[in-house]
Amino acid sequence: MAQSLAKEFTKGLWAEIPPFRLVLGLCPVLAVTKSVENGIGMGVATTFVLVFSNLLISLLRNVIPSKVRIACFIVIIATFVTIVELVMQAYTYELFLKLGIFIPLIVVNCIVLGRAEAFASKNGPVLSVADGLGIGLGFTLSLAALGAVREFIGNGTLTIWEGLPVFEMGGNFLPFQFMIEAPGAFVGLGLMLCLMNLIGKK
Amino acid sequence: MREMISMIVVLTVLTAVSGGLLAAVKSGTEVRIENQVLKFQKAPAIQDIFPEATNDPLAERFTVKTDDIELQIFPSFLSDGSKAIAFETKGSAFGGPIGLMVGINLSTDEIIDVRVTTHAETPGIGSRAKDDLSFVSQFSGLSMDTDFALKGDGGVIDAMSGATVTSKGVSVAAAQAKEIYQKLKPEIVKQMK
Repeated sequence: MAQSLAKEFTKGLWAEIPPFRLVLGLCPVLAVTKSVENGIGMGVATTFVLVFSNLLISLLRNVIPSKVRIACFIVIIATFVTIVELVMQAYTYELFLKLGIFIPLIVVNCIVLGRAEAFASKNGPVLSVADGLGIGLGFTLSLAALGAVREFIGNGTLTIWEGLPVFEMGGNFLPFQFMIEAPGAFVGLGLMLCLMNLIGKK
Repeated sequence: MREMISMIVVLTVLTAVSGGLLAAVKSGTEVRIENQVLKFQKAPAIQDIFPEATNDPLAERFTVKTDDIELQIFPSFLSDGSKAIAFETKGSAFGGPIGLMVGINLSTDEIIDVRVTTHAETPGIGSRAKDDLSFVSQFSGLSMDTDFALKGDGGVIDAMSGATVTSKGVSVAAAQAKEIYQKLKPEIVKQMK
């Protein structure tokens, strides 16, 4: 049990890390990774939704009739996304403004629905939570890593919380602004994919 | 038949529970969200509209009530001594409601400035109403009895190209501000002293 628990948790961190291995959920990956802060915020919000929707779906997996399962999954996921949206508005309003439309869009993030369909509806609650946590953490790390690359090259800073840079390049650094803009997201993601494949190659 | 009933029951129960849960979360966070909106949306808008206010419009805000409307008023004293107010109205735009803070000079009945506050417009298209001041600056200096409709509808406001629905939402909010202002002005003046 403990072994399979660890396995479900760690697969999300490397073997099935969502944006780089499964190449899923790319819309927020490309759109919000302008800074580390945005990436972490988005990742944490998605993780919350993943964990709770996985838990609930796996608890209800024998009750939900298979013909309406997708509708039920969407209701559950949408409920948690709306909760995240309200809580973010109440406590981290600035981050909410930056992430904007991409918070409600977590509902249609295929990672969340994919885990519900492929894992939580077939496994017990404990394993499902481990799976949700692992995938969510992997997603957060990927967003933070891509955000760090883009922010560092494009702006010369690294920001973790509340817009205060923890690291700043000196005045002589000329930021390569292309990386902050939309095309830079594609280039950054492509390079990260390439790197992951190089490392993973046996 | 049994399967049909179980589908209906499960979906109904699930949506009902989720509705109840969301209502609870919403009422639990409402006050905090209102404060955050005040701090991050309304305060900067008011700061923009009355850059030289000699008082603190946020701290001195008061509420005016009539039969069917309840309105939060932000009073301001301009540097030349005249009185002005700002309040927020909502129009409906492309992505949902769009808030417009309207600043009015009480002695001349002219708009000082308007600013978009909360909105859910498409980034880069409808969101220009907030970020690009050339659209909202059209309202500056207009008298409160102007027709705030878009030019295509017989008014005086130029729509933003590519964002007609957003422009219309803003113009509806302005028209609503005009209606409210005409109705509530005596009451507002009385409360401001």
